Amino acid sequence: MDLKDKVPQHPSFTQHQQKWEDPSILDYSTRIGSPFLAFNQSHTSMLSDNRIKAPVQDGVVNQLVQASKVQDWDPSAMLDNLSFLEQKIHQLQDLVHLIIGRKGQVLGRPDELVVQQQQLVTADLTSIIVQLISTAGSLLPSGKHTLPAATPSLEQSGQFGGVVFPSAQGPLNDGFQPQNAGGSKVSGLPNSVDISRKNGNEQNHIIEEHELKDEEDVEEGESLIPGTYEILQLEKEEILAPHTHFCTICGKGFKRDANLRMHMRGHGDEYKTPGALAKPNKESGSEPTIIKRYSCPYTGCKRNKDHKKFQPLKTILCVKNHYKRTHCDKSYICSRCNTKKFSVIADLKTHEKHCGKDKWLCSCGTTFSRKDKLFGHIALFQGHTPAIPLEEAKAPAGPSDQGDGNQSTNKVGSMNFNFSSNVSSESEVQSSTDIKGSIDDPAGYFSPLSFDTCNFGGFHEFPRPPFDDSESSLAFLLSGSCNYPQKSED
Amino acid sequence: MKKQKQDNPFNLLPEEIIFIILDLLNRNSLAIKSFSLVCKSFYAVESKHRCSLKPLRQERFPALLSRYPNITHLDLTLCSRVSDASLSLVSHSCASSLRSIDFSRTRLFSTYGLLGLALNCKNIVEIDLSNATELKDSAMAAVAEAKNLEKLSLARCKSITDMGVGCVAVGCRKLRFICLKWCFGVGDLGIGLLAVKCKHLCFLNLSYLPITNKCLSSISKLQHLEELVLEGCFGIEDDSLAVLKHGCNSLKSLDVSTCQNISHNGLPSLINGALGLRQLTLAHGSPVTSSLADCLRKHSMLQSVKLDGCLVTDDGLKTIGNWCASLRELSLSKCSGVTDEGLSSVVTKHRDLRKLDITCCRKITDASIASITNSCKSLTSLRVESCTLVTREAFVLIGQRCHLLEELDLTDNEVDDKGLNYISRCSELSSLKLGICLNITDEGLIHIGKGCSKLVELDLYRSEEITDSAILAIAQGCPGLEMINIAYCKYITDRSLLSLSKCPQLKMLESRGCSLITSLGLKAVAVGCKELTKLDIKKCHNIDDAGMLPLARFSQNLRQINLSHSSVTDIGLLSLASISCLQNMTILHLKGLTPAGLAAVLLACGGLTKVKLQATFRWLLPLRLVQYLESRGCMFQWKDKVLQEKLDPKSWKLQLEDLMA
Repeated sequence: MDLKDKVPQHPSFTQHQQKWEDPSILDYSTRIGSPFLAFNQSHTSMLSDNRIKAPVQDGVVNQLVQASKVQDWDPSAMLDNLSFLEQKIHQLQDLVHLIIGRKGQVLGRPDELVVQQQQLVTADLTSIIVQLISTAGSLLPSGKHTLPAATPSLEQSGQFGGVVFPSAQGPLNDGFQPQNAGGSKVSGLPNSVDISRKNGNEQNHIIEEHELKDEEDVEEGESLIPGTYEILQLEKEEILAPHTHFCTICGKGFKRDANLRMHMRGHGDEYKTPGALAKPNKESGSEPTIIKRYSCPYTGCKRNKDHKKFQPLKTILCVKNHYKRTHCDKSYICSRCNTKKFSVIADLKTHEKHCGKDKWLCSCGTTFSRKDKLFGHIALFQGHTPAIPLEEAKAPAGPSDQGDGNQSTNKVGSMNFNFSSNVSSESEVQSSTDIKGSIDDPAGYFSPLSFDTCNFGGFHEFPRPPFDDSESSLAFLLSGSCNYPQKSED
Repeated sequence: MKKQKQDNPFNLLPEEIIFIILDLLNRNSLAIKSFSLVCKSFYAVESKHRCSLKPLRQERFPALLSRYPNITHLDLTLCSRVSDASLSLVSHSCASSLRSIDFSRTRLFSTYGLLGLALNCKNIVEIDLSNATELKDSAMAAVAEAKNLEKLSLARCKSITDMGVGCVAVGCRKLRFICLKWCFGVGDLGIGLLAVKCKHLCFLNLSYLPITNKCLSSISKLQHLEELVLEGCFGIEDDSLAVLKHGCNSLKSLDVSTCQNISHNGLPSLINGALGLRQLTLAHGSPVTSSLADCLRKHSMLQSVKLDGCLVTDDGLKTIGNWCASLRELSLSKCSGVTDEGLSSVVTKHRDLRKLDITCCRKITDASIASITNSCKSLTSLRVESCTLVTREAFVLIGQRCHLLEELDLTDNEVDDKGLNYISRCSELSSLKLGICLNITDEGLIHIGKGCSKLVELDLYRSEEITDSAILAIAQGCPGLEMINIAYCKYITDRSLLSLSKCPQLKMLESRGCSLITSLGLKAVAVGCKELTKLDIKKCHNIDDAGMLPLARFSQNLRQINLSHSSVTDIGLLSLASISCLQNMTILHLKGLTPAGLAAVLLACGGLTKVKLQATFRWLLPLRLVQYLESRGCMFQWKDKVLQEKLDPKSWKLQLEDLMA
C-alpha cells in the first residue's frame, strides 16, 4: 500500500509518458509490440518487487539501451529537464487561467488585447516546444513505448477538434490545450520524434536477444506496459469491508466520501486546499495523478503481483469483485432457479433479471440468454446442436390439414417415427453441464467497456482484450472438464 | 402364344442389356410406357429398371411404390399435396434405395413426415424443400437427421431461422450444396455456423439474406467452395470485404448482383483472392468503369461475365477487352452506355465468345453487329432483342458469318426476309425468336424451315404478316419442334394447326388472338401432339366445346391451359376433368360459363393447383366449395380486369413506343 514512497522517480516519469500517450490510447486498435513488453518486463519486476531483483541483468540492458544512442543519459539531468518543462507549463497554465479569469472584462475591450495575449501564449508554447525537441532524445531512454502507434487515427483527430495530428505527436497533447495548439507550429516535430522512435526500435533488437525468455512470458496478451503504473495490494479484510469510497492513492476504503476527503489530507498539502476538501465537482486536471493497478492478495492467483503472468486489476471495484468471485464462497443463490450461485450480489441481480428467460437452448441442456452465445457454444463443441423449443415441434404442420384424414387411413399403421432422435444427444447433458457457468460468464467484467468506471483522474486506460475470453474458450476445448474459477488455476 | 414367347429374342438377352435399351428409351416417356405394356416380363423388367419417379397424386403412391421397388429419385413436384402418411409410406418403401427427393412444389407434409424420411432413408443425399414456406425450425431439425445429406435446397423457406440452419449445419456434416435464397429469417449466426461445421460445402446460395460482413470471414475459410451466390445481399458492404482477400482460392463462380452496397472499392478484395474464378455476375450493380474492370485483368481463368443492367462505360468495355482471360460468355443485357466503340473493342479482343447478350443495348448500330460477326465466328448464342438502331442489312451479316448459332433472339428488330434467308444457313439453330418483327413474311420463314431442321423453339409473337404457308414450311422442316408461339398472327387458320399436328414433340402452343382458328384445328393438334403440356388459346373466339373433347381424350399430358375469351362453355370445361395432370387453368371472360357449371368443373378436376377466375365468381361460388378446393391444394386468383379493345400489331407497337418515350 505504501509502495509509492519506495519507488523513486519512476512513477512521475512514467506518469508523464502515460499522459502523453493519451490520444493514441484512444485508438483501440493500437497494440504495443511485444519487443517493448520484453524490455519492460524487467522494468516492472524492478518496480513491483521493490527490491531490484536482478540488478545485473537490468544493468546490462540499460547499458545496451543507452549505448546505442543516449550514451550519457542521466536520470538527474532528465529530471531537471522535466521539472523545467513542468515549470514552463505551469507558467503557461497560470497565464491562460489569468486570461480566462479576465475574460468577462475583456469582452468589452478591443481585439488588440486578445491578439497580444495570443502572441504571448504562442511565444511560451514555442519555447516549450523547442525545449521538448531539444530534450526529446534524453526524454526517451526507455521511451520506445511512448510511441506505439505511428498511424493517425480518426478518434484522435476528433480529440483535437479537427486538427489532425499524427499520433506520434502525442507527447504534446497534455502540455497544450488543444485550442491553443496551432497545427502549423508543431509541424516540424514529428520527424524528430520519429527518428528517436526508430532508434528505439533498434535498441529493442538488441534487447530481444537477451530477453527472449521474458518475451515468451509476456506474450499472454497483456497490453498494459508493466512498469508504467504503480501496483497496490489491498488486504483481504479491506477488500471484503463494505466500503464504497476508496483512496486513489493508497486504496483505503471508507463508507463516506467526507471521511475519504479527510483522509486525503494525509497524502499531501495539495489535498488540504478548500477546493479539494469541498465536494468534488470536477477533477482539476493539473494535478499529477499516478496510474495505479491493483494486485489480488490471494497468493498464486494470476491477479497477484507475484504471479509469473501477473495481470493487474484496474480498479478497487475490480479487486473487490474479482476477490469475491474467485476466492470467496458463492453465498447468494438465485431464488428462481435455485441452482445459480453468486458471490457478488450485483451478479445475482443481473442473473435474476434474465433467469428463466434463457430461450436459446442447446441440445446439451445448456441455456443461453443470447443467440450468438449459443451459436458460439455450438461452433465449439462437436455434436451439440440447437434445440428447437418443444411447442414448435409439436405444432401441426399447418392449418390446411383438414380434408386429408381419409387418405392416411390405410397406411398409417406403418408409421413408426423415431422421436427419440433428440434424446440421443441427451447423454451429453450430464457431462457438459459444468461448462454452462463459464460460458455464461459475461466477458465484459474486464472488458474495455468498463472504461468509464476505471477513469483515473481523466486518464484513459490502455486498450485490453476482454479478460481471458479467448483463453478460457480454448481451455474448454482442450480439457473436457473445466474448472470455472480458472483465473486461480495455479 | 407359348411359341411366340420362345421366339422372343428378348428372352435371350440378359437383363443388363435390356436396361441399357431402356436407358436409351428414357427420353420418351410414351415409349417406356408402351414398352412396359407389351407383356408381363417387359412390365417386370421396366419396373425393376425404373429409378426415377414423378407421380401425379399421392393417392397413387401405394400402387406406384409397390410396382417400382428401386426408386432412387422421387420427384413430387406434380403432387401439390403430400401428407405425412404418404411420406411415411415413401420412407418405408424406398427405405435404403432413395437418394433424392424433390418437394419444391409440394405442401401439407410436416416435420413428422420429414423426420420419418430422414430416419428411414439413410442413403438420402438430396432434398429439395424449396417453397415450403410453412416449414419451421423443427422441420430443419428433422432434416438434420439425414446424416448423409449432400444437397439441400431451402429457397423461400421463410419461416426458418438461424436455429434451423444451425441444426442442419450440425446434423448434415457432409453437406456440399445448400441454397438458402429468400430465407429471410437466417442471418450471420446461422451462416457462420454452417461454414464452420460443413467443411465440404462447394455451393452456397445466400441470395437476399440479411447477412452482413460478419459471416464472410468464416465463408472464406471454406476450402472447397466453388460457387457463391450473394445476390441482393444488401448487408454486405465494401468496408470489410477485405477479410476475403486471402480466402476462397477454390471459388469458381461468384454472383454479387444487386448488392447495392458493394462498389468498385470493395469488389477487388472480393475478387482478388479468387484467382480461379470462371464465372462472375455483377448484374444490377455499380457502374462498370475501367477501374472496376481493371481488377479482373489478371484472372486468366475467367470465362463468363454477366453485367446485366449495369451502367457500362466505353473505358470499362475497353478494359474488359484487355483482360488476359479469353471470355466465352458475356452478357450486357439492358446495360446503358454500351456504344459501338465500346462493344467493338470487347469483341475484337475476345474472339472466342460463345454467348453474347446485348438485349436492349439501344445505342448500338450496324457497326457493332459487323464487328461482332467479324470477330466472334464461333458464337452459339446471340441475343439482340430491341436493338432498334440496327438496320435490316445488318442481320444478313449474322447469317453470313456465324454458322454455329444455336440460339438467336431477334425480337423487336428490323430483320426482314433477306436476313432470314441468310440466317437459315445456321443449320444448328434450335431457338429462334422473331417476335414483333414486322418486316418478316412467309418467304423468310420458308427459308428457315428449309435450313434449320433442328429448330426446337420458334417465337413469332405479333409477327403479323405470317400466314399458314410459313407454318407449313416450319412444321415440315423442323420435326423436332417443341415450342411455337403464333400469338396475334391474325392470318393463321386451322391449316397451320393441321401442319403443326405433324410435330409429335410439340409441347407448347400459344396462339392467342388467332381468331380464325377453330375447334377443328385444335382437334388435329390434340390428336397429333401427344406431348402437349401447355396450351394457350386465349381470344380464339371460334374455339368451342367441340375443341375440348378431343383435347380431353388425347392430350393426357396437358398441364396448363388458357381458355379466356374463347367460346368454351361448362360442358367443354367439364370434359377436361379427364386430363388427370391438368393443374393450371385460366378461364376469364367465358361467356358460356355458369356458376354451377364452374363448381362442377372445379370439383371434377382433382389435380388443379391454380385457377384464374373472374372476380365476379368469387361471390357466386359457395364459400364452402372454395374452402374445400383450397384445402385440396388449389389456389385461386381472382381477376378484375376490364375487357380491353383489340389492337392491331402496328398500333400496338406505336402505343408501346409512346409509353417508352
